[in-house]
Amino acid sequence: MRFVDEFRDADKAHALAAKIAALCEPGREYKFMEVCGGHTHTIYKHGLEDYLPESITLVHGPGCPVCVIPMGRVDDAMHLAARPDVIMTSFGDMMRVPGSNGSFFDAKAAGTDIRMVYSPLDSLKLARQNPDRQIVFMAIGFETTAPSTAMTMLRAAAEGLPNFSVFCNHVTIIPAIKAILDSPDLRLDGFIGPGHVSTVIGCRPYEFIARDYGKPVVVAGFEPLDILQSIYMLMLQLSAGRCEIENQYSRVVPWNGNQVALRAIGQTMELRPYFEWRGLGFISHSALKVRDEFAAMDAERLFSVPGVRVADPKACQCGEVLKGVLKPWECKVFGTACTPETPIGTCMVSPEGACAAYYNYGRMHRDRVAEAVVAGRAPRAATP
Amino acid sequence: MCLGIPGEVIEMHPEQPDLAKVDVSGVKRLINIGLLSDDPPKPGEWVLIHVGFALSKIDEAEAAAAMQFLEGIGQAYDDEIAALRESLIE
Repeated sequence: MRFVDEFRDADKAHALAAKIAALCEPGREYKFMEVCGGHTHTIYKHGLEDYLPESITLVHGPGCPVCVIPMGRVDDAMHLAARPDVIMTSFGDMMRVPGSNGSFFDAKAAGTDIRMVYSPLDSLKLARQNPDRQIVFMAIGFETTAPSTAMTMLRAAAEGLPNFSVFCNHVTIIPAIKAILDSPDLRLDGFIGPGHVSTVIGCRPYEFIARDYGKPVVVAGFEPLDILQSIYMLMLQLSAGRCEIENQYSRVVPWNGNQVALRAIGQTMELRPYFEWRGLGFISHSALKVRDEFAAMDAERLFSVPGVRVADPKACQCGEVLKGVLKPWECKVFGTACTPETPIGTCMVSPEGACAAYYNYGRMHRDRVAEAVVAGRAPRAATP
Repeated sequence: MCLGIPGEVIEMHPEQPDLAKVDVSGVKRLINIGLLSDDPPKPGEWVLIHVGFALSKIDEAEAAAAMQFLEGIGQAYDDEIAALRESLIE
């Protein structure tokens, strides 16, 4: 497949790994955080950590927008869906996120009209086809997805559709990164920057990370070679004493972002003063809500929601996993009480959550690699 | 959900300028290209598709440059391994 297969070549991966290893200073440890759920997925799926020397650790940050939705907001969404006049529409990865009383999937099985959609435009189509029902779109995602919600709202307004609304849970990446940087728990050497968020916001918003916190950022693509090359570029910066924002994903990410997308977001949404993130607590100016001019499309204003703050289950350690303080397998309930079939927390529910990614791809590989290394069969990437 | 995948623009919608038909690994679908209205894609160009919208054009020149870097790495690696194989160290 074009623009994909070329970036998965195993020989080139080994070559990049060797160049990365050659840059490692003896005795020094390196920790890089990737913020994007898609990157976590690729890293585990292709076993990229096994290509890297032991001294480099990849830490998974809060880059999964499904994972950071607190239980109270899920309950609010379920409340909206339960209304008999409402058809709730949602992306697939939201369907299994547990609220206090089950998930969308459970409610759907019990008869609630909740429908999976690929695009907010599909919700619009449902609204046109069902004039007697209220169609609510569960809007989630970072800045990657917000423009699509915005364009859909503009289209609905242009068509004068009276029965379409949005339950807006879009979050923004920069405050999350800043919360990580300000957190005393973590010492990082650099960031593998989000790929698709950056197609919208561009690379400039990351400049404060290099300027004020002294950490380099390389905006990365999603194929294995993209991530390995980005790590290589980070190591080059560190060994040369540079600290800059670089764009490895230049075939897709424009340095100045997508102005049309940013305008559409600006027309339809604005920042909430604060928003609760699962595991990270309240972060100011970190999420979007529908602007007053579009109040007729704001599900929170059209219909009332309980708005109750619900604490995470005591056993759940998603917060620490999302901050990169814990690895998935270090969570006390990983793989036992919390599995993809019976998830306790969102890191396991979402396919982009660190725990789901590790459960699906990393687990057995890690055990087998450990066995093979012990038996002398498999090499570890060379460290000079 | 958050997947952004490359697709090739096949043709513009005859009546709706916001829509275009794309080919993604053989699957042909209509998507909205409204986010690229500053520089709309033409048939034959590639775009990054996310939840039914084209988010960005895939710059072929940049993709080629990226591949060239990676080819160079690959070749250097092959050369290195070949040289190692020829070594007479004992």
